[in-house]
Amino acid sequence: MNPHSLVSIADLTKEQILHILDQARYFEDHPGLKVLDGKVVATLFFEPSTRTRLSFETAANRLGARVIGFSDANTTSSSKGETLKDTIIMVSNYVDVIVMRHYLEGAARYATEVTEIPVINAGDGSNQHPSQTILDLYSILKTQGKLDNLTITMVGDLKYGRTVHSLIMALKYFNPTFNFVACDELKMPVEYKEFCVMNGIKYVEHKDFTQEVINSSDIIYMTRVQKERFTDIVEYERVKDLYSLHNSMLVNSRDNLRILHPLPRVNEISYDVDSNPKAYYFQQAKNGLYARQAIICNALGIDILAPDVQSKYVSHE
Amino acid sequence: MSNPKSSLAVAALKNGTVIDHIPTNALFKVVKLLNLENATNQLTIGNNLEGSKCRKGIIKIADVFFPQDILNRIAIIAPNAVVNIIREYEVVEKLKVTLPDTIIGLVKCDNPKCICNNEPMSTRFHIVDRSAGIIRCHYCNHTVSTINATII
Ligand SMILES: [Zn+2]
Repeated sequence: MNPHSLVSIADLTKEQILHILDQARYFEDHPGLKVLDGKVVATLFFEPSTRTRLSFETAANRLGARVIGFSDANTTSSSKGETLKDTIIMVSNYVDVIVMRHYLEGAARYATEVTEIPVINAGDGSNQHPSQTILDLYSILKTQGKLDNLTITMVGDLKYGRTVHSLIMALKYFNPTFNFVACDELKMPVEYKEFCVMNGIKYVEHKDFTQEVINSSDIIYMTRVQKERFTDIVEYERVKDLYSLHNSMLVNSRDNLRILHPLPRVNEISYDVDSNPKAYYFQQAKNGLYARQAIICNALGIDILAPDVQSKYVSHE
Repeated sequence: MSNPKSSLAVAALKNGTVIDHIPTNALFKVVKLLNLENATNQLTIGNNLEGSKCRKGIIKIADVFFPQDILNRIAIIAPNAVVNIIREYEVVEKLKVTLPDTIIGLVKCDNPKCICNNEPMSTRFHIVDRSAGIIRCHYCNHTVSTINATII
């Protein structure tokens, strides 16, 4: 097992999270540092996710690494019945770090146990997706200038949305106040509310996405309400409009408010919001590049902020 | 023995182990956990016996003395079980069972999408709440109540 692997945001201390965010900031300010010249990064996508894969591969390429991998399990030997263990051990012979996405929960944790190469979890079923959380935190930090004492409103699918669950876990260090806005079918699971209670985090649950909630928020984190989560299609039709954001709803919102969304969106943010300066979801996706540059370097034990690393690479800029 | 009536309900034991105070619905899971299905020693299993407070199950196995870490497996489903060590018809030792911090290869994860149900590998659980008997899958993070746990 490699100690630099990143499987879950819960594995990171506050200091480690802040350090990765500092590194992400450095990569944003210094694009094109070829820190990973001569390294090979594997992107093993047992489940397709074009967005996440492109983001990781771009991050690796920008750092000067070469990328190998696959984008779909159908093209790999796992479709011939090879175990995950065998695939990971085989790929470990070729590369310096493995970025993997898998449809089974716990796949990344298990992968770390069968290889000495660092593994970065790029999503395992509905379980964990830590690079998304790092980029969310980075987006919050960039737009608010801080992570502490913010009011964060989460809207939509709070039951199955792993991004909101991981964000709650990461924000436990920063004294947030949460608004959870969802219908009964998609409300925040008890375990995460218990997590808030245990960590002294304030939260209020709402069924209505009201003006009052919007106007008291520093961050509104929208999520996609998926049709397949509903047994009753009529209920879906009713709910999907209840948790949609329109530009008119932002008139009296705070100046520092920013709208986040893990993308892709469907109809939960109407297009008239896009031109509002408070819309931040496209920049948020771009921040994923810097966050993943930092995450890949971290997994390889390369600290871009360390003096020896800086003297080696930054002078060649 | 302290309670002659209930112990008389099953045959007396010269040397061996008596596992007492097993909840009636956990008895056969304990048999499975200790791998007694394949035992060749003299084995007596009693269930729905009248205990001091409620009905219980009991297991007597001759000439076998389990290491404590094997006995601790019982705590997954029968945390209040008492293990009596018998020598020459006398109870020479009474042992309690304690839930280990990590449970490896004994409990099935109830999440069909968990990697441990899809690869040839051991399951692994961590204790979340010892008194309430809540354990969490090391891989997928799903929690299980030990009372409802499926024994592999
Ligand atoms: Zn599991």
